[in-house]
Amino acid sequence: MMEGQPLSFQDLILTLHDYWGKQGCVILQPYDMRVGAGTFHPATTLRALGPDHWNAAYVQPSRRPTDGRYGENPNRLQHYYQYQVIMKPSPANLQELYLGSLDAIGIDPLKHDIRFVEDDWESPTLGAWGLGWEVWCDGMEVTQFTYFQQMGGFDCKPVAGELTYGLERLAMYIQGKDSVYDLAFNDAGVTYGDVFHKNEVEFSTYNFEVADTASLFDGFAKAEAECKRCIDANIPLAAYDQAIEASHLFNLLQARGVISVQERASYMGRVRDLAKGSCQAWMDKNGWSA
Amino acid sequence: MERVTDFLLELRSEEIPARMQDKARADLARLFAEEISKAGLQASEIVTFATPRRLALIARGLPLQTSAVSEELKGPKTSAPPQALEGFLRKTGLTQDQLEDRDGTWFAVIAKPGRQTAEVLTEAVPAIVRAFPWPKSMRWGAASASTESLRWVRPLQGIVALLGDTVVPFEIDGVVSGSATVGHRFHHSGDVTIGNAADYAAKLNACHVIVDQDERRAIIRTGAEKAATAAGLMLVPDEGLVIENSGLTEWPVPMLGRFDPAFLAVPEEVIQLTARVNQKYFICRDTAGKLANAFVCTANITANDGGAAIVAGNEKVLAARLSDAKFFWEQDLKVPLETQAEKLKDIVFHEKLGTVADKVERVAKLARWLVDEGIVAPAQAGASAGIGHPDVKQAPACAGATELANDAERAARLCKADLVTGMVGEFPELQGIMGGYYARAQGEADAVADAVRGHYKPVGQGDEVPTAPVTVAVSLADKLDSLIVFFACQVVPTGSKDPFALRRAALGVLSVLTENGLRMRLQSAFELVSPMIPNKRGTARLIGVRDDANFGKVDVQFLELLDFFADRLKVQQREAGVRHDLIDAVFALGGEDDLVRLLARVKALQAFVITEEGTNLLAGYKRAANILKQADGVAPAEAGASAGVGTQGVELAAAFAGATEFDVALLNALEAAEPKAAAAIEAENFEGAMAALATLRAPIDAFFESVMVNDPDPQKRAFRLGLLARFRDAVHRVADFSKIEG
Repeated sequence: MMEGQPLSFQDLILTLHDYWGKQGCVILQPYDMRVGAGTFHPATTLRALGPDHWNAAYVQPSRRPTDGRYGENPNRLQHYYQYQVIMKPSPANLQELYLGSLDAIGIDPLKHDIRFVEDDWESPTLGAWGLGWEVWCDGMEVTQFTYFQQMGGFDCKPVAGELTYGLERLAMYIQGKDSVYDLAFNDAGVTYGDVFHKNEVEFSTYNFEVADTASLFDGFAKAEAECKRCIDANIPLAAYDQAIEASHLFNLLQARGVISVQERASYMGRVRDLAKGSCQAWMDKNGWSA
Repeated sequence: MERVTDFLLELRSEEIPARMQDKARADLARLFAEEISKAGLQASEIVTFATPRRLALIARGLPLQTSAVSEELKGPKTSAPPQALEGFLRKTGLTQDQLEDRDGTWFAVIAKPGRQTAEVLTEAVPAIVRAFPWPKSMRWGAASASTESLRWVRPLQGIVALLGDTVVPFEIDGVVSGSATVGHRFHHSGDVTIGNAADYAAKLNACHVIVDQDERRAIIRTGAEKAATAAGLMLVPDEGLVIENSGLTEWPVPMLGRFDPAFLAVPEEVIQLTARVNQKYFICRDTAGKLANAFVCTANITANDGGAAIVAGNEKVLAARLSDAKFFWEQDLKVPLETQAEKLKDIVFHEKLGTVADKVERVAKLARWLVDEGIVAPAQAGASAGIGHPDVKQAPACAGATELANDAERAARLCKADLVTGMVGEFPELQGIMGGYYARAQGEADAVADAVRGHYKPVGQGDEVPTAPVTVAVSLADKLDSLIVFFACQVVPTGSKDPFALRRAALGVLSVLTENGLRMRLQSAFELVSPMIPNKRGTARLIGVRDDANFGKVDVQFLELLDFFADRLKVQQREAGVRHDLIDAVFALGGEDDLVRLLARVKALQAFVITEEGTNLLAGYKRAANILKQADGVAPAEAGASAGVGTQGVELAAAFAGATEFDVALLNALEAAEPKAAAAIEAENFEGAMAALATLRAPIDAFFESVMVNDPDPQKRAFRLGLLARFRDAVHRVADFSKIEG
């Protein structure tokens, strides 16, 4: 489908690192906690606040326990990778920079139909929202493109631009594969399935069947308490880690099907309070006004 | 030099959501006209364009200058303290000798010379941009360090502003107006310089941008059709998709793609929804009208490989989505609907009202009851109106009633089961429709499957109204249940808030009742359903009971529900030309909760009040009512009775010495009309009741013409007031004429 040899999964990441590094982004490593999306990385959530300029790019492994399919669905995974770029303030040519990255990974915009289709982003658990698009390549969503307007309930001053690439999808597209497990991870014959299929089967089992709900509830309560202690101790970065932890435990409880519809809203509210509290503490500690 | 010229404005931004573009054009035209009219300017024509990346306006025939005007300002009185005068001089920039003294008040006459139109636009355009009413707008870039920075739908990137051939110079938050724009995002690089309004569209066209949305729509419409025809198929026209795709492209290129025919095993609605909503594709049918394994997508480029890669990519995306759908379809088919329905116990319907399973239980009972009571009858459910009398319990009319009752209950018990299926989880819009498919697949009777499918109908004015008896029973039961339980718990719509769509439900009930001529007492349904509301505390659910003149002891929430129906009936009947005041006039009588009968009465009334008899009778009624109101001190009924106009009025009236022939004529007319009207109403012959009233018209006219009600003789006065009261009451038995306008 692409001219020449298409990029392997790892080369796709390396190419994006190279490209965004040249645009002045700090190339970070994944955050070492279980999160649902790249946006949860403190390099996005907390750095989106306040006046400081900040450009960063990183891969973030993302966990969505309810999306697990025991390795049987070619498109759905409970663990996958997002490539995240954040630039603050949003540069005037962010769209052009983004299109440059597509060119870098071998997508020809005169051969493929690239479109910016309205899609506003909202994260109730982060108290965040923004306007932007999902970027379509021949009808497939390959990237979420967002101008953050609020984070943790605070106006973004200035606004950051956020790009989130779905790496597996993009790789499947570039490599012309119908199943994520068939993706070439490298050019030496290792597939995505070789690396991750067992994980998908095991973690689907864990998320849906095995995870001990009593200790998850317990863990949620402890993370919540710890987050508040950290806020009181004026260490917002540590507090935010506990908000992330609570958010993931909530997702696991959801996958276990033990949170009823009414409780769901209440749990989301509790996670949001933790995230907002951490953001508030971060703002206060840095001396930034709302 | 020409005295008028054209103005071109292009506001270029990052991609504007397709759904906002039409309104944005209308807003731009309106705001522009408003803003320039403040300076006394008017264009001979304003046209607007929108693409994903630009919002543009051309104002034709703009004068180059505004006309000179002189403005008069009223100042302080000449007797006012000097500070007031000083203030006025400062404000106007004049000296005292330039003011005029008119009858002790200072006036300033300020001649305003004509302004250059360019200068007006320099101020007008930034004002429009800053106040533009986007449904959602945002901040961006370095300027957004302040929350006061410019807001636009997406980052604003450039402005072209040309009056004739000349740039109208201004700057909005760092965006400077000029004559340069850009062409197509991929087909053209670098700036495009626009000369004036006249060459705008052509210059952009040369750079692969069709700026006129109507032109793009035409290309999509015909191009999509052609692509389908070339494949021997028929495009399913969809104007909504044409508009949406025109809002997503500057250079639309429709192309046909295919999908694996194996997916056609999935219900058509699913394929259509997936293609349309998720991917914005048109669908196609074969010549026999069957859904074809083809779609038309609209690209935004003329691809360098002829579009092969784009079609292949879109086919792949659709295939992935359809295989998801097929997976859900196959999974769902493995689980009987009864089993699915058990999961409804876990879904909360409303915190005060238990689970969806509780609702299903009530709907099942109500659906069966509707059949058992003969309200919904087998076959010809929609054939005739106004036959049965709702107060009399009818035995099921024919042998089919048992089967119908069983089918209705069965369908009701299955109708919400699809809410927990994978497919409806993925496509909530398909609720009901999927249930119908699953019911049929598991061998339910067609009538049951049809009822599961159609029980949400009608979902709005103009939607198809069910007529099949089983569907009618379930549709009615579902909506009545929601209305009754929410009203019983005082969860009622207020203002614009109607989170449980009760207005729509009430309209649905009205449509089903009126279109099928179904006769029922709402009160009976209320009394059946409200005790079934789950009640944890075991206390009385009733908010309050009232002693109603017509209904007897009745739940006040029922009366509120009845008022709600009255309001909805007015809305529903407005389009049919039924006057709302006449609906009020009949509702005001009270005690009527059979909406079909009520409507029949309203319609008879409407036919009557526009006749000459009706108009005059209404006039006579109003006059009588006024006189009675003024004579408030005397209790008319009592006065009448004492004066001998009670029920045995004829003899007594004859005995009343002071009666004129006109008094007697009216009395006799009342004596004759009252039983006729009463009998006609009893028989639901409302035209007959109106005809009986019409006989009062001549006597009441003659009465007013020839006698004086407020006769000095208190006996005569009391007698005549009594007569008028009786006339009023006779009219009131048909409708409360005091509510009728005109």
